[in-house]
Amino acid sequence: MDDSTVNYQKSNISDNNFEQCIKCTICTVYCPVTPVNPDFPGPKQAGPDGERYRLKKPFFYDEALKYCLNCKRCEVVCPSNVKIGDIIQSARIKYSKKSPGLRDRMLANTDFMGNMATLVAPVVNATLGLKPVKKIMDATLGIDAHRTFPSYASEKFTTWFKKEARLNQSRYPRQVAYFHGCYVNYNYPQLGKDLVTVMNAVGYGIKLLEDEKCCGVAKISNRLIDEAKRDGKINLEQIRRAVLEENLTVIGTSSTCTFTIRDEYPHLLDLDNADVRDEVMLATRFLYNLIDSGKAKLVFRDDYKKRVAYHTPCHMEKLGWTIYSTSLLKMIPGLDYVPLESNCCGIAGTYGFKKENYNYSQDIGRPLFNQILGEHVDLVATDCETCKWQIEMSTGMPVANPISIIADALDIEATRRANSVNLK
Amino acid sequence: MKYDIVIIGGGLSGLVSGILLTKAGRKVAIVSSGHSALHFSSGSFGLFGQRDGNFVERPLEAIAKLPASHPYRKVGIDAITDYVKRVKPLFAEAGINTHGSEERNHYRLTPIGAFKPAWLTIDDYATVGKPDNLPWGKVAIINFNGYLDFYPSFIAKGLEEAGLSCSLKSFTLPELETLRKSSTEMRAANIARVIVGDVIGDVAREVNRLAGDADTVLMPAVIGLFDDEPVKLLREKVDRPLYFVSTQPMSVGGMRSQIRLRRYFKKLGGTYLLGDSVTNGVAEGDRMMKIFTVNLGDMELSADYFILASGSFFSYGIMANPVSIYEPIFGLDIKAPTTRSEWYHKDIFKDHAYMKYGVTTDDEFRVMKDGRTLDNMYAVGAVLGGCNSMKEESGAGVALMTSMKVVDNILAR
Repeated sequence: MDDSTVNYQKSNISDNNFEQCIKCTICTVYCPVTPVNPDFPGPKQAGPDGERYRLKKPFFYDEALKYCLNCKRCEVVCPSNVKIGDIIQSARIKYSKKSPGLRDRMLANTDFMGNMATLVAPVVNATLGLKPVKKIMDATLGIDAHRTFPSYASEKFTTWFKKEARLNQSRYPRQVAYFHGCYVNYNYPQLGKDLVTVMNAVGYGIKLLEDEKCCGVAKISNRLIDEAKRDGKINLEQIRRAVLEENLTVIGTSSTCTFTIRDEYPHLLDLDNADVRDEVMLATRFLYNLIDSGKAKLVFRDDYKKRVAYHTPCHMEKLGWTIYSTSLLKMIPGLDYVPLESNCCGIAGTYGFKKENYNYSQDIGRPLFNQILGEHVDLVATDCETCKWQIEMSTGMPVANPISIIADALDIEATRRANSVNLK
Repeated sequence: MKYDIVIIGGGLSGLVSGILLTKAGRKVAIVSSGHSALHFSSGSFGLFGQRDGNFVERPLEAIAKLPASHPYRKVGIDAITDYVKRVKPLFAEAGINTHGSEERNHYRLTPIGAFKPAWLTIDDYATVGKPDNLPWGKVAIINFNGYLDFYPSFIAKGLEEAGLSCSLKSFTLPELETLRKSSTEMRAANIARVIVGDVIGDVAREVNRLAGDADTVLMPAVIGLFDDEPVKLLREKVDRPLYFVSTQPMSVGGMRSQIRLRRYFKKLGGTYLLGDSVTNGVAEGDRMMKIFTVNLGDMELSADYFILASGSFFSYGIMANPVSIYEPIFGLDIKAPTTRSEWYHKDIFKDHAYMKYGVTTDDEFRVMKDGRTLDNMYAVGAVLGGCNSMKEESGAGVALMTSMKVVDNILAR
């Protein structure tokens, strides 16, 4: 046999490695949905097994694939590197005949909804919290009444940034670009402010992308693919400008936004990001790298004392970057670090908001909630905003992004001195 | 990121190496690309069970007579005699309770009703001292309705040939009926997740009812995914001896072993990177300096020592294409002929040569590249080759003994 045989073998494997499945069912063992929802065929059946049939005839597409959370935990545990989650999501995009309704469009358009809601935030927040409104949304839209809608901020992060922070940022010796995402902009600007605090303290000014759109994750999971693609293209243009023209790294504070831009763009939206992908990362990875390579130091307050558990969001597990966030947390001397078993919290973005998924969502998260409640911590840390909502709602425990925890524990002046930060 | 030791592979050998090194105060990271072959475990750990198709009664005596090419010979019989005593307590620390002795093999009941030699078996799996004298009397084999990875009639045939009488029963519970709605996912791990808490009492009640006049009950080993508490509770509530028989994969006992070892490693302070693959390494002279992974990208993992515990063909530690056999990460030297026809035997049940292929090492288990030894990189477990662990029933033993030896080698430096 010659080299052409070898090459033929290699070229005969799909990008998602579906031919490499040996039907071992490890994916099924670690799927968070399978144990709570028998209507979901499981990742092996929904993924590589079903794909064989779908390739023959789209007739074999099963609408039950909608129960997949797209958590990618099947991919993390697969010994054969089969992209099971991608196979399932691609099949939903390609074959599903059900078009997204009003509810799904509302949930998916985080950008539009956020822009509208922040204008009249106090009214929206009060209204969304009212029991009758929740009941109406439950009955008419199918947004589960148990859900507490994340509150909207009265001032967008970008508005604050322009007013309070932007002018100073270029005076820092080094610069980094920030993809803040919808959550920071519309719901929780404090996280963005905390990032500015931490990065400024180690001598980095923050630059925002000129025109940032939603990363698209909610649109992808609600199958608004054209819209997601349009937003993704704009984001990639902005990211390219930052990375290729201005030589900046683009950091994020949401594991899901970061994951979507890095991996879902090429895998599900067919947007090639190879030229910039390595320069898009989580803030915790960027910061850890600075410290690990001796380029920055963090000095923490003596009086910070908290017992903190870290929850690994599914997309963080898939990124494999938990180590950066947890290593940073462990650097805080007064922080008593509690590891948690890596379990899905059940919300999976907009999935858990849907009435038909609410009970599954809570059943999936229960082992995590019980573990958190059993550890008697002061605070739960996690890199994902929807995990934060879910854990806060389901355990009553406060949840914070590691960047916010670092900002809280940091001795800002001492850190600036340790990094010799002098503004230009 | 800097560690004292980075281990490539998170199966039995990688985890045991990691646990021992962490216990010795070293900073250890394990990189594991997906879950390991432990998920396919029989519930038993073999040291040395068969030689040329014959059952081995005293494994240590047989190991002492192995050829020099066998990895056991590099560990040395004195070291093995010492190490074997430490395994059961080490497993128990992690929460894996086993029975068995290295002095004399016992026999485990296989999923198709045969008996095979084993060294240590997870407590409560069905084993006997000798297969020609079964102590179980009348046996009731009780399955869950709709669970397809367990074949009671095969087991019954095996036991009946050995002179026992068997009755086959099955039952269901509302919780299990819910699972059955998905015909493809009535699987071991999903059943195990259901049989916890109050459901254990319901299972016991059904088992007691169905056992009739049986002296012993056998059930599929699909209980106790995260620990053996549900198993213990069920055995307390069942009114006669109850043993479990390993099933077709996934193996709940194997998964429990993997979960317990990984949790123990992490509890000791070890770092476990799941779902990440090592792409390449950078060596300077005869030392491996750092390795890179898919997820960590340009942020390397550097270490004083590296341990390759990446398994054999099944785990992609060794790979084959139509023209060559190779070690895919570092391109390490491999002991394998280049002629494809020499790799296998035309009779599938015969001893295939490829089963013995693995990376070349020196006497200390240090790997070689282009004929030169890498001074700080070791190989353990199945990636070593040198033996047909399937035919010998020695896979777990080789993983454990070579790991313990390499840990000692590193700690001695």
